[in-house]
Amino acid sequence: MSEEKKQDMPLVEVKHLKQYFDISEGFFKSRPLKAVDDVSFTIRKGETLGLVGESGCGKTTVGRTILHLYKPTDGEIWYDGIKIGDKKSLEDFRKKATMVFQDPYSSLNPRMTVADIIAEPLDIHKMYSSSKERRDRILELMEYVGLNSEHASRYAHEFSGGQRQRIGIARSLALKPGFIVCDEPVSALDVSIQAQVINMFDELQEKLGLTYLFIAHDLLVVRHISDRIAVMYLGRMVELADAEEIYDHPLHPYSKSLISAVPVPDPKTARENKRIVLSGDIPSPLNAPSGCPFRTRCPHACDKCAESMPELKDMGGGHFVACHLVKEGKLG
Amino acid sequence: MSMLEVRDLHTSFFTDAGEVKAVNGVSFFLDEGKVLGIVGESGSGKSVTAYSIMQILAGSGKIVSGSIKFRGQELVDSGEKVMKTIRGNKISIIFQDPMTSLNPTYTIGHQLMEAILLHTDRNKDQARERAVEMLRLVNVNEPEKRMNQYPYEFSGGMRQRVMIAMALACEPDILIADEPTTALDVTIQAQILELMKSLQKELGMAIIMITHDLGVVAQMCDEVIVMYAGAICEQGSADEIFYNPCHEYTKGLLRSIPTADGGKEKLKPITGTPIDLLNMPKGCAFAPRCDAAMRICLKEKCERMQINDMHAAACWMNVKKNMEGGEA
Repeated sequence: MSEEKKQDMPLVEVKHLKQYFDISEGFFKSRPLKAVDDVSFTIRKGETLGLVGESGCGKTTVGRTILHLYKPTDGEIWYDGIKIGDKKSLEDFRKKATMVFQDPYSSLNPRMTVADIIAEPLDIHKMYSSSKERRDRILELMEYVGLNSEHASRYAHEFSGGQRQRIGIARSLALKPGFIVCDEPVSALDVSIQAQVINMFDELQEKLGLTYLFIAHDLLVVRHISDRIAVMYLGRMVELADAEEIYDHPLHPYSKSLISAVPVPDPKTARENKRIVLSGDIPSPLNAPSGCPFRTRCPHACDKCAESMPELKDMGGGHFVACHLVKEGKLG
Repeated sequence: MSMLEVRDLHTSFFTDAGEVKAVNGVSFFLDEGKVLGIVGESGSGKSVTAYSIMQILAGSGKIVSGSIKFRGQELVDSGEKVMKTIRGNKISIIFQDPMTSLNPTYTIGHQLMEAILLHTDRNKDQARERAVEMLRLVNVNEPEKRMNQYPYEFSGGMRQRVMIAMALACEPDILIADEPTTALDVTIQAQILELMKSLQKELGMAIIMITHDLGVVAQMCDEVIVMYAGAICEQGSADEIFYNPCHEYTKGLLRSIPTADGGKEKLKPITGTPIDLLNMPKGCAFAPRCDAAMRICLKEKCERMQINDMHAAACWMNVKKNMEGGEA
């Protein structure tokens, strides 16, 4: 598919998504925890959008809310030109959008055989007319992810972490989805196995024309697999740009420090590297700072940052950033 | 004489399924003030090596043979009494998971003071003073107030700082860090690594850094040991390991990770699955997954060979290369 054509077709549109959780504080009293606060972005057909950020920044919640595993507090999600909301659209959407989970140990039912795990989505949505059709589809899916047919009657505990993740991926492919949310799919795996699974994601995307939302905290992995990368901090999206662009020319002070903090597997670069080490921890989303959420750790913060939340704005060439100082040309 | 000398260490776990040889003939020396990295996948024996040094193996684990000498003193079979003078005092360890390594029912101060009272002659007031000083050293804000708080009031990065403070309270000669930043976010990881580096310079201790992250190794280590299936497959200075890897496993590892300047070209993964320690192959443990494996690799283990002063590896490919070089 040509670059231009990709650009024309947003497959997933997220508009002003908000996801608040009520935290109870005794009887009748509760406070909203703003896990995701006013996040908008689109994912083009055939694209991989990487979503990075520290734990607690809301990246997993974004993924889950898109799939309506949580009911969004506010905002809209559009898939292929249709707004997801009522029962009919949701039912259709759930066949087209699936998920691969982080932990290959807890996301597979230990009492089911591999065949039954992979076929569970088929069973639920009654996607076959005969048991032969069901079996053929299972074998086809297992072949996609590099599992042998003799594995079908085994149980999950007989497999290593990498193979379990393959089972999880086969299950997510069962309904022939167009869109897959991958929530830290390789972070529980050993280094030598990670590369196998990452390559498999690449190959499946080419073969089946999949679109991914790839959530991870390992920036080198995200950069490798993604076309564009979005950075989140404390429930807000702070930067969004092409993978190469954001890695080589990050604009937001948070993205800068995040990228500089990545330990590069190269001793010479490591010795030269001037890391921007942030002080302090990510604040609790229950007590988010006023204005820009990053200002409490930002080395450049000024009065304006405390007053108002900067909008996510295109700085040219599809490089979006939410920072007052970058917009005023004081940083960049 | 090196400060710590480990010679031909064998540690096994005796399970119902049989003897699991978790560490299988590991030897290395650690000099004063050096940072030694041990890298490997889960099950490679890197943590068990560290636990063997501290002799804190789980119930079924036992040092079968070998020698561990700290400043000339043999630690294997030295008895619990001797080990108590070593642990926490001369050699300290910090663990991977800062969430579970602190006792949730005691204050941070209590736990910090416990180590100091146990190993030094300080009285309670002096121990408290020392604990506050240690918290300040690891950049914990308002240390006096923090002393009276409980672990749940600390974030992951803060807890790992407390663990480091505790490990360093008695000024150990060696700090063993078992995946100290794996559970932390990158920006917090950067803080902790930076802190460990500056403390190491300030206090002059040696660090054994156990990790699976080659990036962390590149940042921190002078020397690197690469482990696979309980044995050392390659050992050398950080530069030698990264720029002149001489074992097929190390080469595979380096090829399989995305690099900072790498573009979109495909990663070259190591094929196959990690080894089953109950079912060890006869020859080189890595041979079943090795693309370059030759007939001899399947039959016979390769002995460790010196590549140069800074570098040793146990791979038949080096023998082959030498022979070809000799003929030409």
